[in-house]
Amino acid sequence: MELIFYITAAITLVSTVMVITRHNPVHALLYLVISLLSLSVIFFLLGAPFAALLEIIIYAGAIMVLFIFVIMLLNLGKETAIQEKEWLKPKVWIGPAILSVILFAELFYLISMPHEASPVLKTVDSKAVAISLFRPYLIGVELAAMLLMAGVVGAAHIGQHKKLVFHRFLKEEEEEKT
Amino acid sequence: MKSSISIEMILLLAALLFVLGIAGVIIRKNIIFMLLSVEVMLNAAGLAFVAAGAHLGQPDGQVMFLFILAMAAAEVSVGLALILQIYHQHKSLDIDKLKEMKG
Repeated sequence: MELIFYITAAITLVSTVMVITRHNPVHALLYLVISLLSLSVIFFLLGAPFAALLEIIIYAGAIMVLFIFVIMLLNLGKETAIQEKEWLKPKVWIGPAILSVILFAELFYLISMPHEASPVLKTVDSKAVAISLFRPYLIGVELAAMLLMAGVVGAAHIGQHKKLVFHRFLKEEEEEKT
Repeated sequence: MKSSISIEMILLLAALLFVLGIAGVIIRKNIIFMLLSVEVMLNAAGLAFVAAGAHLGQPDGQVMFLFILAMAAAEVSVGLALILQIYHQHKSLDIDKLKEMKG
């Protein structure tokens, strides 16, 4: 069990590093899908099968498809890869990398501080999650529904194209109206 | 199913993922990559929640993970719509070219 966890964690970390260093957006996206899949294996090992399934269905399924659609719509191909290659110089990433390492060292220190012995991890089945979700957290579910509604409306509103008016008389008329 | 993975290792993994996400947000100049890094950070937070829930044997961790999932979906849809709009107006995804927002 532990061996599987360490292998999966290594896969997750390697693929995440690949996500933030790739030049081609599609490659980064595919590495992110691998990272999400291995993270869902970790959820399964932690005794959270419901969260693991949702991770695959929603993250690796729905959200990544959205990203792929946008990348295909914008036609980000080789030009973007070349551009990224120019941007991603050691001078650019060395500073943030040092800051991140310091932050990780702090987190490592906080996590490794001595505390009482931890019991083994317990499985939380989806029934308990559902009961907890629809009794004490019901207001949270409703708020999440409102948030999703706001997301849909906002995306539909922001994403619509305004037709540019090229004819100068039409443009003047438009300005006079407003 | 009882697993013998220690909670420290899982939290360490979550911390590493979060730090990688932060580094990605700072390093990258392309907005799409920044959004991907934000997704990585949200995932790390979700992993920490699920690990804590499994550690305490409470369902609250997974409930919080569900809320993070819903939030991420809404955030990504709005963010991608914004990216499309930026690309149509500026023909570029370079954040340095968006200085006219004076933000």
